[in-house]
Amino acid sequence: MSKLNELFNKKLNVVNFGIESFYEDLKKQNVEAIHVDWKPVAGGDKDLANMLSDLI
Amino acid sequence: MVKLDIKKGAYYDSVSLMIISKDVKKVPGVKEALVGMGTDLNKEISHNIGLNSNELDTVTANDFFVVASVENEEIWQNVLLKVEELLNKKKEATSANYYPPTLSSALKIKKDLNMAIISVPGKYAKDVANDCLDNNINVMLFSDNVSIEDEKKLKEKAVSKGLLMMGPDCGTAIINNTPLAFANVITPGDIGIVGASGTGTQEVSSLIDRYGGGVSQVIGTGGRDLKEEIGGIMFSFALQSLIDDKNTKVILLTSKPPAADIQTKILKQAKDGGKPTVVSFVGADMTEIEKMGLIPSISLEDAAKKAVAISKGKTPTTFDGFDLSDDEIEKIVLDATKGMKNTQKYLRALYTGGTICDEAMKMLIKDLGHIYSNIPLNKEDKLADKNISKEHTALDFGDDEFTVGRAHPMIDPSLRAERIIKESLDETTKVILCDCVIGYGSNPDPSEDLCDAIIKAKKNAKDNGRVLPIVCEVLGTNKDPQSFDETCEKIKNAGAIIMPTNAQAVRLTKKIINKEI
Repeated sequence: MSKLNELFNKKLNVVNFGIESFYEDLKKQNVEAIHVDWKPVAGGDKDLANMLSDLI
Repeated sequence: MVKLDIKKGAYYDSVSLMIISKDVKKVPGVKEALVGMGTDLNKEISHNIGLNSNELDTVTANDFFVVASVENEEIWQNVLLKVEELLNKKKEATSANYYPPTLSSALKIKKDLNMAIISVPGKYAKDVANDCLDNNINVMLFSDNVSIEDEKKLKEKAVSKGLLMMGPDCGTAIINNTPLAFANVITPGDIGIVGASGTGTQEVSSLIDRYGGGVSQVIGTGGRDLKEEIGGIMFSFALQSLIDDKNTKVILLTSKPPAADIQTKILKQAKDGGKPTVVSFVGADMTEIEKMGLIPSISLEDAAKKAVAISKGKTPTTFDGFDLSDDEIEKIVLDATKGMKNTQKYLRALYTGGTICDEAMKMLIKDLGHIYSNIPLNKEDKLADKNISKEHTALDFGDDEFTVGRAHPMIDPSLRAERIIKESLDETTKVILCDCVIGYGSNPDPSEDLCDAIIKAKKNAKDNGRVLPIVCEVLGTNKDPQSFDETCEKIKNAGAIIMPTNAQAVRLTKKIINKEI
């Protein structure tokens, strides 16, 4: 059985990045969900983000 | 006077801010307003709508700003109070929850995350999606503006790991009976759907529910998956999962016509899979589908009816009529056209859903010859200015041209509502055709703006000695938060003719257009 077909038999545990209302809709349906308080890394400066990523 | 307020280092998601912008514009004395993050795009929009301020150049993508054109200082203070009130309301609603800042911190709270919904700005989306796939999490990528090269790499990685990578620009999916993003609440059942088109997938799944059937899985792929460059990677992977799924008895495939060789590959895979498969490639040549022993359909409605028939052990038949009798339809057409002026000639189709707008044009093009549009069927029918209709016009308000700097019309239906009113002032408008999409993701009450617009449009026509029929399809089910029946009732009471499916709304519209005045 493929991994995707295994997913069809599992409980969905959702992680949401971005539009918060998608997460709120899931909570209303009692779906297990977690919202990530996503922000652009280093304010969207890709070079700085890469430097930070190297440091971590 | 144009006033500006900047909050450094504050971040809010774009949809929340677009909704706040919409409410702020309603503050008395406000001519124009924009609330947003200081991205180049938002700064450009501010400029384009006449909200110029030198200070705006100092705002960065990491800052939050409010800019408005107001009559006086007092009104500006009201604007700031309103923004604060709306942000506080949002904060209060979420303060009980802890939101981790990264995927790795989310995984510390919950190890078994298995599905990600990603709707961050396009330029960051690839990295977030890669991160999820690396952690064996299936992805639904709602974001657009992801390059086709990145899409292919993400999909190849996902398939190699046995994971879904739905999107980019994937708006709808139902996995394990959970609606994700823009999706309707559908009875669980044995029909599995793979869809490369958003509202097309919502239309077939909602109709399956209304016809007494149910769905096992609804897998979105994003609109580019069946193009040559992607090669149907995710469509094929999703199809195979439904072929292998013991809970799926019938398969329904829906998309705009795929690239020729990709279509052949997908149809052969479906044939080899051995499960009855209904194909709704809107506007595609049916010959190849029939030759493969699969079941073609003439509309999204027809596809849903056929899938439900097979699911219930019945023989599928093609449906191209109305739920109402011929006499009843004839009476509706007579009533709708009684009192029309002979200046009234043209269709104005104003959709929030792209695929159902496309379906309408495909059903009408033979009769109407040219349908001018922002998403035309033929290049020469592209509208020179999307804001000015020409003869028969059909518009998709969810297309990029209309959504720059504002939420999708299923969330913010105000622009489409304004256009309904505008078209009612045009003496050549013979009929307005529109949709109302309910379900999760959509506006909590999309009928509100629509009903106001219908009432105003009808009055405008009446004041000018005309009658103006407005035909509407409500897309959704009674299990959706907004309720299908209640939404239909409200729109009907506002004065529109409600039809049960997009195909039937289009057929009725065609009869009204063809009726001699």
